[in-house]
Amino acid sequence: MSKGGADALLRVVGLRTWFPIRAGVLQRTIGHVRAVDGVDLTVPSGRTLALVGESGCGKTTVGRSILRLVEPSGGRVCFEGVDLLALPKPALRPYRRAIQIVFQDPLGSLDPRMRIRDVVAEGMKAFRIGANERERTDRVAELLRRVQLDPTQMTRYPHELSGGQRQRVCIARALALGPKLLICDEAVSALDVSIQAQILNLLRDLQAELGLSYLFITHDLGVVRYLADRVSVMYLGQIVEDVATEALFADPQHPYTQALLSAVPSVDPGRRGVAVRLRGDVPSPANPPAGCRFHTRCPAVFERCRAEAPPLYPVREGESRCFLSDPAARPSARRPAGA
Amino acid sequence: MSTPAAPSTCESAETVLDVRDLVTSFPGPNRRIAVVDGVDLTISRGETLALVGESGCGKSLTALSILRLVPKPGRIDRGTVRLGGRDLRALPVAELRRVRGHEISMIFQEPMTSLNPVVTVGKQVIEAIRLHERVSSALARRRALALFEQVGIPDPASRLDAFPHQLSGGMKQRVMIAMALAARPSVLIADEPTTALDVTIQGQILDLLREVRDLLGTAILLITHDLGIVNELADRVAVMYAGRLVEVGMRTDILSAPRHPYTQGLLRSMPARARRGERLTEIAGVVPPPGQWPTGCRFAPRCTRAFDPCARIDPGPTRLSANHTAWCHAVAREEGSPPAGGAPA
Repeated sequence: MSKGGADALLRVVGLRTWFPIRAGVLQRTIGHVRAVDGVDLTVPSGRTLALVGESGCGKTTVGRSILRLVEPSGGRVCFEGVDLLALPKPALRPYRRAIQIVFQDPLGSLDPRMRIRDVVAEGMKAFRIGANERERTDRVAELLRRVQLDPTQMTRYPHELSGGQRQRVCIARALALGPKLLICDEAVSALDVSIQAQILNLLRDLQAELGLSYLFITHDLGVVRYLADRVSVMYLGQIVEDVATEALFADPQHPYTQALLSAVPSVDPGRRGVAVRLRGDVPSPANPPAGCRFHTRCPAVFERCRAEAPPLYPVREGESRCFLSDPAARPSARRPAGA
Repeated sequence: MSTPAAPSTCESAETVLDVRDLVTSFPGPNRRIAVVDGVDLTISRGETLALVGESGCGKSLTALSILRLVPKPGRIDRGTVRLGGRDLRALPVAELRRVRGHEISMIFQEPMTSLNPVVTVGKQVIEAIRLHERVSSALARRRALALFEQVGIPDPASRLDAFPHQLSGGMKQRVMIAMALAARPSVLIADEPTTALDVTIQGQILDLLREVRDLLGTAILLITHDLGIVNELADRVAVMYAGRLVEVGMRTDILSAPRHPYTQGLLRSMPARARRGERLTEIAGVVPPPGQWPTGCRFAPRCTRAFDPCARIDPGPTRLSANHTAWCHAVAREEGSPPAGGAPA
């Protein structure tokens, strides 16, 4: 298995991020939203891991927890072998340079009153990259060229650029600090398909040139299939399947992954309609179902799923959190009625 | 999946909505800019026509123009919008209000912002019913309950008393659809109805729309940027670019044998279609904003097949079959038609 090993740039182990639910005049904690509840991830050096799931599954919180933009409740986030969660805040500084994040909404993540040059140079200044403003300006021009923007755009304001150009600026800003890991949180989701293709190609080129590693957080399986080496599928705060990309699309193991793949409308006119349609909505992460968290919507549910929480079982080229993959289970228990 | 009930030929006796030469403009720095520029659309009973394009192409504004809901300072300059034989553009406002919701209704991308947050969803649906029909509130409530059941809201009786924030996004969209169907309109305009929803919920809503169309014979004008959804739901497809139609055809024409370079580019740039490890085919450049649209073919500056007349002359329609038309000089040349196009507007 290519998972883990010495070449792992980022290893997340047992990550938990719970948010307290407060109520009453005293604002006492009456429960927790278990946004991230025991997540393991590995991003190998120079590779792309996609973290996939629907809204509310906790994928964005994972990204933010890695950078400690929200404080995790437990677990480890090892970057080049150093546990970031064990470090005092000031000691995080070099890692906030090595790990950069690009968000979905480029307009919302750019200061509307700053010119593009200053947007890109801001981080360099904070980290004392470049001897003076002139040197930084030269470097900004170089970065803009690298993301295929004309350096003359430097004097513009974010609102003067198109959505795709703004996302290029966000990428340039991230690259300015010479990161090793780029967390892309739905970075191409808001873009039109023709522009999305440009940005995806750019991200691929940058990975090849600079040896960057990507954690690609997305709900878009088309993007995953195109870009990722490995995929972790998340449901209600947990990883339910983690496999090599080809294996995921060729032979998904977890019923949730199967439903997710089958729900994506195909553009092949010969293929219409779906095999698996999930019923109902995602339950609240404040009160996840007992047993397997997916059992309330699972088309293959059987007795054991309601009583026991499944661990991750090894499957071909990965792991799946489903009793159907339990090698110890009797064959009769693995063929549920109505599956 | 689709019913064979509705023939999809244009201008048949079954045509319920017929839009001709629609022009809607907004004031620009020097002159008015036609953001929708001469759009023709027809939809038959029980048919789904998808209007497809990227952001800013004018597809949503086309829908709003049909309903005469163009926000100020926009205005409809030209064209006819015939619904069941009447021109909506010529109707007095009072009558138009009766037609909206009654014969043609619309659902939007954001069900959250389309519902009143301080009124129960039941009351909102009952209000919609009583707006169009003189019925007692008790009967209207029963009708609302039946509508909720019809759109697949579980436990409908108690959901009538729920406030919008107590419902999930998918449920809210079901409420919107229930409301839109309250008066059994002959045309439903669905503007990106599933874009804000998760993919597993999106599937449920697409199933529902398909059911509505097949059961009630409602014609659907589906506005979307997602070609996967087009494939799921549409019978015919109209592709828009920079305020104009560039290609219209049957679903299979557009998805498996598109002729316009823009349609071809859209399909090629989809990551789901690409092979892993291969570069995606890009459409170079950016969509020009309204007011900076080039003369001649508006796609020409980004087109890999542009030649001499493209930058000068508006391409006219080239009929490829009874239902398939493309506005492109390169296609016209391939078909052996003279390159002379439609008259510049």
